[in-house]
Amino acid sequence: MTGGAGVRPANWLARAAWAAFALYLAYALSHLDFTPARFIAGLEFGRNFMAKLFPPDFHRWQLLLKGLKESLEIAILASALGLLISLPVSLLGARNLMPGWVTWAARLLMVVCRSFHPVIVAIVFVKAVGFGALAGVLALTVASVGFLGKLFTEAIEEISLKQVEAVRATGAPFMSVVVFGVLPQVFARFIGFASYELDANLRNSTMVGIVGAGGIGGTLFAAFQRFDYDFVCAIILSIIAMIVVGEVLTNAVKRVFRA
Amino acid sequence: MENATVAVPGGAASAGGSPLAIRGLVKEYLPGKPVLRGISLEIAPSGITAIIGPSGTGKSTLIRCINRLVEPTAGEILFEGRDLARLSRRDLREARRQIGMVFQEYNLVERLTVIENVLSGRLGYVSPFKAWLRRFPPADTGEAFDLLGIVGLGDYAHQRADALSGGQRQRVGIARALMQRPRLLLADEPTSSLDPKTSVEIMTLVRDLAHARGIPAVVNIHNVELARRFASRMVGLSGGEVVFDGPPDALTDQHLLAIYGGENWLE
Repeated sequence: MTGGAGVRPANWLARAAWAAFALYLAYALSHLDFTPARFIAGLEFGRNFMAKLFPPDFHRWQLLLKGLKESLEIAILASALGLLISLPVSLLGARNLMPGWVTWAARLLMVVCRSFHPVIVAIVFVKAVGFGALAGVLALTVASVGFLGKLFTEAIEEISLKQVEAVRATGAPFMSVVVFGVLPQVFARFIGFASYELDANLRNSTMVGIVGAGGIGGTLFAAFQRFDYDFVCAIILSIIAMIVVGEVLTNAVKRVFRA
Repeated sequence: MENATVAVPGGAASAGGSPLAIRGLVKEYLPGKPVLRGISLEIAPSGITAIIGPSGTGKSTLIRCINRLVEPTAGEILFEGRDLARLSRRDLREARRQIGMVFQEYNLVERLTVIENVLSGRLGYVSPFKAWLRRFPPADTGEAFDLLGIVGLGDYAHQRADALSGGQRQRVGIARALMQRPRLLLADEPTSSLDPKTSVEIMTLVRDLAHARGIPAVVNIHNVELARRFASRMVGLSGGEVVFDGPPDALTDQHLLAIYGGENWLE
């Protein structure tokens, strides 16, 4: 193709961008010692580690179970609280139902909640309210409000306003318009989003323990530091089992609500 | 009156007993570009008042200004003596409960059942919490089922609204509006999305139910023949102004040309 006659005009800016991207990848690769030799050297560590992981050691199953139970509780409590707070916040953030300044305030809150990784928020809460599950619940609640709020708001902004208009025309008070005109249109999607968030919280609740915010993560971190790799393996297998069970549960919830 | 009206003498309803009077109604969506240029009207105390006119002439805007789904720019909307254009939000909700509305695209809540849609006509009278729990007074629930029977959908009460055909949905729309026990019925192109036979059925239903309950109705309609057949009074709108106001018999081809413009389409 020689310039001008092609189906598309040549986009030199895009080509330059691709070239710059390729150059940066090459730089990052050379800079980080990301080489086959380094990888092969690393495999030796991996072999030792794997050997120590198996067979998993379930002797301290009571400790394991306690941690799992706490993680589950953190996840469910945080999801429920997050859901409860997200409902009004997302309604306030919906530009098709609320005046501009209200939506900005609600959106700002959601953005702040979403700005940091849950583990960083958990560190803050551990400092604020002390070690333990409370910090974990609060950290994951913040994350849930950030994500559920955003998803809910977007769902509300996509509804048919004709249906809302008809309910408004009956002289219904605002909350009744929400209950009859808005909620039926978004309910199924809300259930879907909430079960997705519960799934995310289950995984995150196994992590906040690393910074002392309760749950199985603390147990896992301690086992790593003591080189109890067979117990580490038991914990990891249990976490996988819990996530799978959670997946089955959230799917059941979705089926119940036909979402 | 500042706008030039080609009104037929004696055609307009007399002022006595009119539930709705519109005076000098102006609506501008963009400043300086009025869609309605000073509409003045009095609705007959009974029967259907049909509003006809070309597309984009503000029929829909006019009817939506009455219950303020669209905010008027200027003018008065006197409903039973009160100016709706000046009501506070609370008083407006109160007034809206007295005014039933039927929409072109039915505007049913698709994912609710038929009976829930009908009962939504009572939302102005129950608390949001009771509405959420679907705890309507038994008398209202009974009336909702009766109304469904009257519009011929008694067997569909628990179907979801999105399972119905267009004509059936509009019947639900009418039942919802009547469920408000309104003192005025507004219908914005209630038959435009329907086939000719269904259109006649829907207009018959509107006329008969409004008549039986003594509710005056304002109906936007672009089908002149349908309007002539069902209306007791016709208002022609063109360029955002009233250019005809009188009984259907008085509407001549000359008037239609004045309303719709052009020349050859009537032949």
